[in-house]
Formats: sequence, C-alpha cells, structure tokens
Amino acid sequence: MPEGILCNKNKVTTLEHLQALLADKSGKQYYQEMNNLDVDAKALWDLVQKTCKSRIRTWLEICTHCGLCADSCFYYLANHKDPQQVPSYKIQSTLGQIIRRKGQVDNAFMQMAMDTAFCKCTCCTRCGVYCPLGIDTGVMFSYLRGLLFSQGFTPWEMKIGTGMHRVYRAQMDVTTEDWVDTCSWMAEENADDWPGLEIPVDKENADILYTVNAREPKHYPEDIAQAAILFHVAGENWTVPSEGWEETSLAMFAGDWEACKLQVESVYAAMDRLKPKRMVVTECGHAYRATVIEGPYWAGLKTGKTPIESLHYVEWVAEALRAGKLKIDPAKKIKEPVTYQDSCNYIRNGGLWEAARYIMSQIAEDFREMTPSREHNFCCGGGGGLNGIGRYREQRNVGLRVKRDQILATGAKLVVAPCHNCWDAIRDLEEVYEIGIRWSFLKPLLINMIEVPEHLKPAE
Amino acid sequence: MYEFVTGPLAWLAFLVFFIGIIVRLVFYVRGLDWKLDRVTYSVNTSYGVRGAVRSILFWLTPFGTHSWRDNPGFTILVFVLHLGLIFTPLLLLAHNIFLQERWGFSLWSMPDALSDVMTIAVIASAVLLALRRIALPEVRIITSAYDYLMLAIAVAPFVTGLIARYAYTHSEPWLIAHVLSGELFLVAIPLTKLSHFVLFFATRAQLGMDYGIKRGGMKSSGINW
Repeated sequence: MPEGILCNKNKVTTLEHLQALLADKSGKQYYQEMNNLDVDAKALWDLVQKTCKSRIRTWLEICTHCGLCADSCFYYLANHKDPQQVPSYKIQSTLGQIIRRKGQVDNAFMQMAMDTAFCKCTCCTRCGVYCPLGIDTGVMFSYLRGLLFSQGFTPWEMKIGTGMHRVYRAQMDVTTEDWVDTCSWMAEENADDWPGLEIPVDKENADILYTVNAREPKHYPEDIAQAAILFHVAGENWTVPSEGWEETSLAMFAGDWEACKLQVESVYAAMDRLKPKRMVVTECGHAYRATVIEGPYWAGLKTGKTPIESLHYVEWVAEALRAGKLKIDPAKKIKEPVTYQDSCNYIRNGGLWEAARYIMSQIAEDFREMTPSREHNFCCGGGGGLNGIGRYREQRNVGLRVKRDQILATGAKLVVAPCHNCWDAIRDLEEVYEIGIRWSFLKPLLINMIEVPEHLKPAE
Repeated sequence: MYEFVTGPLAWLAFLVFFIGIIVRLVFYVRGLDWKLDRVTYSVNTSYGVRGAVRSILFWLTPFGTHSWRDNPGFTILVFVLHLGLIFTPLLLLAHNIFLQERWGFSLWSMPDALSDVMTIAVIASAVLLALRRIALPEVRIITSAYDYLMLAIAVAPFVTGLIARYAYTHSEPWLIAHVLSGELFLVAIPLTKLSHFVLFFATRAQLGMDYGIKRGGMKSSGINW
C-alpha cells in the first residue's frame, strides 16, 4: 500500500481529513499505515537538489568529526553520553545519508530518520553555538523534518497540527467566533474586579496588537484576561485581531513550510488591516520564533522583518517596568529563591536575555541563574514539538533530566517560564520526577505584585 | 625528478590550490539563498558584518569561546596544529631560500630551532588528535578512515620534511617525498574537507550573520560565543 488513508504525502486541507486523523486514537492506524508508505526517491532527491544549497551541504561536508558538539546536546547528557546521541552522528546518519544516497532510501530508513529528527533533537540549536566550524545541526534537523514531511513521514500529532493551521489558521480548532467569544467572556468575567477592563477586538490604529497561542483561548482563557488586566493597568492602547491572532506554528516543527507561510500571512494581514504601531506576542517561545524571527522569510519579506515592529511579551514587560507603566509593590516581590527558564526560541535564537534579567531584577529578591543560562541554556526538554508527540513520550521524559538537575542545582522552588513549551515541560518534569517545584508564566506573578492605581480599583 | 616536482608539478599544485579555494568560496557564496537559509544577507548589512566578524574573531582566539574553554586540551592541540600547519611552511628558512632562488622573493624566516619545534609540535598534536579519535567514544563513532587520511595528508609534509632535514645519507628521496606530500596537501585543500582552510571563514561568517541579523543580533549586544 503506497499511500495510506491517514498516513500519506497529502496535505491536510479539509475538516473531514482532519477529523478522520483525530478519530484515530493515538495514531494507531496512522503509524500502521506508515509502515507501508512508499518513499518517492525521485521526488525526495528533486526536493533536496532544489532546497539543499551550499550552507547545509558545506556543513555536512566539512564537519571534522571532532565531537565538540557532544557535550552541548542535552540528549547526549541525559542518555548517559550515548555516542549515538552525538549531534554530528545523528545528522550524518540521517540527512547526510539521504544526500550521499541521492535520495535512494527506504521506508525503514525514513522512519529511523523521523524518530531521530523528532525524539533525538528538539532543534534547540545549542550545538551550533559549540561547533568551531559554525555547523548548526538544529537547523539541519529542521530542514530534515521538512524533507520527511514531504514524504508523509511525520508524527501523527504533527500531521494534525499542520492540518489545524491549514483549516483553522491556528494550531487548535479555535474558530474566529470561538476566539472573539472568549475575549468578550474574559472581559465580562473580570469586569467587577477591574472596572473599565476591555479586550478590544479589531480596533484600528492601536499602539499594540496583541497576539496569542491558541492554547490560551482553548485551554487557558485566564491568560488572555491576565494580559488584558496588565495592558489595562499599564494604560496601553491595545487590541486583538479577530483573525490573524494565532502566533504559533506546529507547521514549523513539522517542516510544513507552505502551512508556515499561510499561518504567518494571516497575522501579517491583521497588521495590514488594523494598522497598529507594534505587535506584542504572548509568553510563547516558538510562537515568537515562528511569526517574528522566521515568518518574514516564509512570507518572502525581503527586509527579514515583520511588517510592523514586533515584541515578545518579556520585551513589553521590561519596557513597561522601565517606563513605570507597571510598578512593582516592593513588599510583594518574590521572596523565595526563584530561577528563570531561558527559552531557546526567544533567548538563544532571539537575543532577549537582557529583558528577562531586567524583569527578574525587578520582581524577585533571590533570583538564581541556572547553569548554564541565557543563550547557553539547555532546552527545557520539550521543545521542537516534542511535548505533544505521544510516540516519543518516554524519550522526552529521559531528556527532562537535564533540566531537572539544572533546576535542582539552583535550590529554587519556583521556575519562571515565559514560554508555553518550557512551561509544559517543567510541569511534566515535576509530574514525572516529583522534585517539589512550582512553575509560572510572568502574567499571574505580575498581577499579584503590581501597584494598582486607585482609579482602576473596584468601588468598595 | 627533483627538478620536475619542484618545477611544473609545484606550479600545478599551487594552481589547483589557489584556483580551488577561490572556486570553493565563490560556489559557497553563490549557493547562499536568503529565502532558503532565512537570512537577509544583503539587507541589514551592518548587523550582518558585525555578526560575521564577531563569529570569526571569537573562534580564532584560543579559549575565546565557551566551547574552547570547556575543552582546553583539545583547544591547545587544535591551535598548535593549525598554527604550525600554516606558519611553519611559510616561515621556514629553507623554503624562503628556495623561494629567493627560484622566484626572487622571500618572507621573514624563523630560526631553524623554532621551525623544528613547530614541526615536532604539529606531528605530536596530530598523533594526539588521532589517539583522541580512538579513545573518546563520542569522537570514535563519527570518525571514519577519511578523517585519518586527512590528518595523514596534513602531517605528511612535516614528517618527511623532518626526516629529509636530519637524514645524513639518502636525503634526496625524502626531499622528493617531502615536496610531493606538500603538493598533495595543497591539492587536497580545495578538493577535500580540508577545504575548511577557507570554508571555516565562510561558515563562521554565515552563522554569525544568521545570529547577527535574524537570531537576536538586532535586539542584543550579540551572542556570547
């Protein structure tokens, strides 16, 4: 059977296709069909020739096999220094082989490559920072994921995720109506405590266009309320778009570059339509990476920048604290030891470590850095889409050990994690390893410690 | 034979070397694609140049990066090997006398004792790097015969040169072997992964531009390599 009903080379473009995939619990049928999926070696090689240019080919060719990348990889460390977890080995035995064999690979190879690309690399790009020749294996694994996706070899949840982006322009089945309703619901729900609180939808010429992660309207609507409260207290002129509100990109994790483009263009269209001055992205690392860092390239914007200036949430918080728009009540600062999880996507790959440090200096009395930290920090263990893939849960949990040990070494019991993936991974590591820690986004912490001007307080 | 290997064959080797490295560089740059690589190489240029220069300079400095500092033994071996590979042949007195005789110019020459030390250091570091490949499981798994061949090609002119210098009798065959191995090294640079002789600068500049332009360079003081 060359092409399965669920597992095939087709893109998920219809609700029916998406529902059929969702009905296949844990992807049982999907993975069975994958065992019989043919590899179109010619198409694979054509794609390589079209898209694999001098940057990646040179990386693969000149790697001197020095092994310096080994210790940079949290998977290598978490797996007792298993040589098969050395980044150079992982990429040479997958992408390297596809190129050496000119695409002549079989089903078993493609499944091995898929497993390697998804559960032995989170595309955290830390190894690239430790390679003397500047070889970024994380970037190559992301590219490999794209090749695998084109042949139908992608984890079940990734196939669903890309379908969600194509059908809903969101990583989850949240419609425009659901989103707008959630915004009004959250504004109403908090109106008594925060007089005058609004979540303005589609307001033109606002100072800030706020965009989110679909998980927030779907599972954590209070996050939207918290964002609204903080903007309200800071006196910001802000809005959310009714369409183009979703920043995330499971398509980026899957390597479905067409869907990546469709998704970010929906956000850029909202910028164009509402003409805000700036955009602020919620506390999500990969959302920022997708829409602000990589997105302009998918959309073909030659400046390499989003149509309007775009900020990660930590940038906005740092700015609001510096400008005095948000004031911290010194008595309410975090007293206990607290550490900060540097997300690969907006710290190492986004350069925002100083904003994060400034925030921590303002809200915590006993801030403790992880070792290593900032752009050298280890991945939380759940990046690159790994948190959401059932097939690799066991390997993901092994990978979490590095983050567990880093957190334990700080002595902190609270971890600030302004990134959905990191937040999930740290929650899960507590569930698996029970080390007695708590974890939090910034918003709930800030709401509990900001000084609220009298006129914004509810009447007694 | 000596005349041939130091005459036409030497010309050929230098021709392949110089044209080869230029071709490698040109093809590398021509193969960069702003959309596929997702780096605006020709826009945001000041950030790109800054990122590229930082990326090269930090890594050219011994112990200048986290990775170098984390691996001090390896760092010393790598720098000794590469400095010796580049500067010993350029500044060797015998080479410069030869250059003066043949082409009428020469560079500053270092004392013979120093060049002996550097030659031995190159050979010793190559041997230690080869042993490292065998000893460390994380290096062994990615090592192939090709990697040893590269080391052998790079170090052969030094071994043969040292023997030719100290062989009291029958030194000419060693001298010819020295010249031939040197020419093999020159030819191998553009044609093998020894092309990192020049592509090191290209790939480092590329990643530096990537970080400098796209991955945070415009919002930070630059990645702390």
